[in-house]
Amino acid sequence: MLPLVAGAGPEAAAPVPAGPQVSGAGAGVGSGAGPGTGVGCDGVCPQAPELSREEKLQLRKEKKQQKKKKRSEKGTAAETPELGTPCDPGTPRVAAHPTSPPALADGPNDGEKATGGKSKAELRAERRAKQEAERAQKQAKKAEGSQAATVAKPRLTPTEPQSVVKRLPEHVQVDDPAAQRKLAKKLERQQVPLRQDYGTKVNLFSHLHQYSRKKPLTQQMSIPSTVIHPAVVRLGLQYSQGIINGSNARCIALLEVFKQLIRDYSTPPNEELSRDLVAKLKPHISFLNQCRPLSASMGNAIKFLKKEISCLPDTLREEEAKEKLQDTIDKYLREKIVLAAEAISRSAFEKINDNDVILVYGCSSLVNRTLCDAHVKKGRAFRVIVVDSRPRLEGRETLRRLVRKGIHCTYVMINAISYVLPEVSKVLLGAHALLANGSVMSRVGTSQIALVSKAYNVPVLVCCETYKFCERVQTDSFVSNELDDPDDLIVLRKGQAQLGGWAENKSLRLLNLVYDVTPPDLVDLVITDLGMIPCTSVPVVLRVKNVDQ
Amino acid sequence: MEFQAVVMAAGGGSRMTDLTSSIPKPLLPVGNRPLLWYPLNLLERAGFEEVIVITRKEIQKMLNLDTKMKLDFVCISDNMDMGTADSLRHIHQKIKTDVLVLSCDLITDVDLYKVVDLFRTHDATLSMLMKKTHEPTEVVPGQKGKKKPVEQRDFIGVDDTGKRLLFMANEADLDEELVIKRSILQKYPRMHIRTGLMDAHLYCLKKYVVDFLVENRTITSLRSELIPHLVRKQFSSPTSLQQGLDNKEEDQKKKEQASLDIYSFIKEDNSLLKPAPDNSCWNDHRGDMNETLHEGKVRCYVHIMKEGLCFRVNTLGLYIEANRQARKLLLNLGLEEPLVHGSAQITDRGMVSVPLPHLCSFNTDCMPFVSRPAS
Repeated sequence: MLPLVAGAGPEAAAPVPAGPQVSGAGAGVGSGAGPGTGVGCDGVCPQAPELSREEKLQLRKEKKQQKKKKRSEKGTAAETPELGTPCDPGTPRVAAHPTSPPALADGPNDGEKATGGKSKAELRAERRAKQEAERAQKQAKKAEGSQAATVAKPRLTPTEPQSVVKRLPEHVQVDDPAAQRKLAKKLERQQVPLRQDYGTKVNLFSHLHQYSRKKPLTQQMSIPSTVIHPAVVRLGLQYSQGIINGSNARCIALLEVFKQLIRDYSTPPNEELSRDLVAKLKPHISFLNQCRPLSASMGNAIKFLKKEISCLPDTLREEEAKEKLQDTIDKYLREKIVLAAEAISRSAFEKINDNDVILVYGCSSLVNRTLCDAHVKKGRAFRVIVVDSRPRLEGRETLRRLVRKGIHCTYVMINAISYVLPEVSKVLLGAHALLANGSVMSRVGTSQIALVSKAYNVPVLVCCETYKFCERVQTDSFVSNELDDPDDLIVLRKGQAQLGGWAENKSLRLLNLVYDVTPPDLVDLVITDLGMIPCTSVPVVLRVKNVDQ
Repeated sequence: MEFQAVVMAAGGGSRMTDLTSSIPKPLLPVGNRPLLWYPLNLLERAGFEEVIVITRKEIQKMLNLDTKMKLDFVCISDNMDMGTADSLRHIHQKIKTDVLVLSCDLITDVDLYKVVDLFRTHDATLSMLMKKTHEPTEVVPGQKGKKKPVEQRDFIGVDDTGKRLLFMANEADLDEELVIKRSILQKYPRMHIRTGLMDAHLYCLKKYVVDFLVENRTITSLRSELIPHLVRKQFSSPTSLQQGLDNKEEDQKKKEQASLDIYSFIKEDNSLLKPAPDNSCWNDHRGDMNETLHEGKVRCYVHIMKEGLCFRVNTLGLYIEANRQARKLLLNLGLEEPLVHGSAQITDRGMVSVPLPHLCSFNTDCMPFVSRPAS
C-alpha cells in the first residue's frame, strides 16, 4: 500500500469545523472542490478509492493534456495509444514514487523499443520524471492553498451528483483566510478600502464582521473622494454612524443616491450603457457594504436595479436611457415602499379594534404609520405599550412619534414584558426581512417577544412589505447576522464607565447583536401589501413574484 | 468633485511686524521651510490634487515649493484691502463645489477626515477645527513680562456630544454679560461653554455659503463676521420663507432691503436627510417632541482636537513655539532625519576620555576646555 502524499496527510487529520460555517443551504463546500489531492492508493491494482466524480474528470483532463504534450514533443503517433493503456483512468499516479509508474508502463512497451540514438525508454523515463515533478508541484500548491476550503468539504460524498456548488457569501466567512484574501483582492481591484475588524469577538460569532464606529472607512480614503461618488461617501458615513437606520430608510436613501449616480454618469466611448453602468455601480456597492453590511431590502433593490439596467434596449440614447432608469427607480419606490405601506396600513386597520391594547417593539416605520393612521384618520380608540431595549433604545423614537399624534402610550423595557402581557390584546411587530421558510428576521429581541406572547396566547402580527422577502433560509440567528460596535454597550454612570476596559481583559468579550430570527410557528399572521397571509405562504409569494418578473 | 481647497496667503501678519516687515508672512521660515509649505503639505497628505492659493504677486515670485499638487495662484494687489471673505468673493467663479478654506499660517497634524466627516455625515453648512490650548510658559524675547491678552477670549458653546456648535462670541463684542437666546436653550438644554479653545481657521463651507457671500457684500472677514453669523442663523427662523418666494417682484424688493437670508440660497434637493427622516429612527436629542435636528437647515459643527499639534503662527511667541515644534512634526512625517541617533544616550553630564595625558570633560554649565600638549 503506497503511503499517502504529504499534501493529503494534514487534510485527513484536520477536523471539519461544525457550526457557523455550515449554513442551511449547501453542505459548506468551499470555493470549487479541489481535484485529485493525492489520495493514496495502490499503484498496481485500481482499487477505486473514494474520489468524487469531479476529481476523476480532472485527472482525465490532465492526462489528455500530457498526451498532447507528448505528441507535440515526439511527433510519433504509434506510441501514444499504448502509453494510455497501462494507466487506468481510475488510478491516479502517486508523485512520491516515480519508479513504479515507469515500471508499469515500460513493461508492455519493452518490445517496442526500437533502435535509435537515445533509447525510447530513456526518453520516456525523462518525460515521466518531468511530469511527476510538475504534478508534485501542483499538488503541493493545491494542498496548501485549498487546505482551508477542502477542510470544509466533506469527504464522505463521493456519490454526490454533479450539483451546483453553493458558495457562502463573504460576510459570513470572516474567519476563513482564503475568503478574506479574495475579498481583499476584489476591493483592491475596485479601489475601495478594506475596513478592519475591531475587538475580540465571541467565538460563536467569529465568522461575522465587527466594526468600530470610531474608525470610519474614510480614514483610508483621500479627502476629495475621486473613486467613489461623494454622495455615496456621505451615504456610507450616514449608515456607519447610525444616522440612517431602519430597513425602509436605508433602502430609500440608497435608491435616491443611485438616482443621483445615474444622473452624474456618462457613458465612456465604445462602451454600452447597459453593461458599463452595472460595472460602475459595483465599487460603490462594495463601499457601502464595507461601511455597513447591506440589508435584505437593499439587496433586493440592488438586484432589481441591476436587472433593469441590463435589460435596457440598445436602441435608446444615453439621455433617454437615464430618464427611463430614473423613472423605474421612482416607480419601484412608489409601488413597493410607499403604496405598500399604505396598503398594509389599511389591512392592519381591520385588525385593530376599539379598546385594544397593542404592544409594539423598537421602532418600525411601518408599524408607526399603521398606528398613526388608525388613530388620526380613522379615529380608533386604542392604547399602545412600547417595549424598548438597550443599547439602541429605539423605542424612545416610537414613543415620541406616537405621543405626538395623541396616542396613549406606556413605555417599558423588554425585561418587563411578562408583566404587561396579560393586559395586551395583540402584538404588532415590524420585520427586517422575511425568509423563505417563513421565519421573520427582525431587531434582536423580537423573537423573545414572540415567544413570551405565545406563552400568554396573545396573537402576534408581523407587518412586512413584499420587497423584503428573501430567498434565504435560516433557522437560527447565528449563521447570518450583524455585529454592531461593542463599545455601544459601555454605559457611563456617574462618570464611571463600568465596561470601559473590556479590551484589556482577556476573558471578556462584548456582543452587540443586531438581528434575530423568529421561527414561523410563533407568528400568527403576516400583513403584506398582497394581503394577510400565514407565515408558511411566503415561498408561494416568492414564486409568484419570480413568475411575474 | 467633492471639495476645492483654498489657502489664504495674502495676510499681512499684523501682530508680528518685527518679522513681517522684511519678509511676507507666508514666506517666514519655520523649520527651514516657508510657512506656506505646512498647510499645503496637510492638503497633499489628505489627497488633494489641486489647491487655489490666494496671495500677492511678490509672494508668488519668491515662492519655491516642491509639491506634487497643482497650485492655482490668484494674485490680489496690495492696495485693495481685502479681508478673507472678500478674497473668497473674488474667486467665486472658480468655486464649483463645497470649499475647504485654510489659512497660510496653520501648522497641524490633524486627521483632516475627522473635520470633513462631520461635514459630510450631517450635511452641515459649516465644519471647523479647534484645539484646546495650553498656556505658553516660555518667555518671549523682546517682550517685558507676560502680556496676557485677556480681552481676546472666545466663548464657544457646544452641545453634549461636543460636536455641534451652538454659540460663538468673542469677549471683545460683549459688554458685561453673555447673552444666550432662549431658543437655543429650548432645543439644547445642556450646553458646554468653553474658553480655552483656539480656532485653527480651517473651515469646510457649503457652496451656497459662497453664493451668499457674493450677494452679501457687507461681510468682509470670514472668522469675525461670517462664522458667527452662520452660528447665529442656526436658531433663527428664515424670514424670507414665510412670505413665499414665488412672487418675483417682492423678491427683488426684499433683496434691496438686505434681507439676504442664507435660507434663500439653500437648495432643497441637497439634503439627503429629507426623504428618510420619517423612517429613520435616529434623533440627535431626546426629551421633547421635535423632529430630529429640529428641522434646522443650517447646521454648524466643530471638531475639537485634544492632542496633537495645531497652532497658528500669528504672534512672535507662537512663531518661536512653532520653530520648536516643527521638527517634531517633520520627524513624524518622515521628512527629516533625527539628528541624534536612536541608540545615543542623552544625559546632562558626560565624560570624554582621550588617549592623551590631558583629559577633558564636558559639563553643562561651562565651556568645554581642552588643553593640548605643548607642541
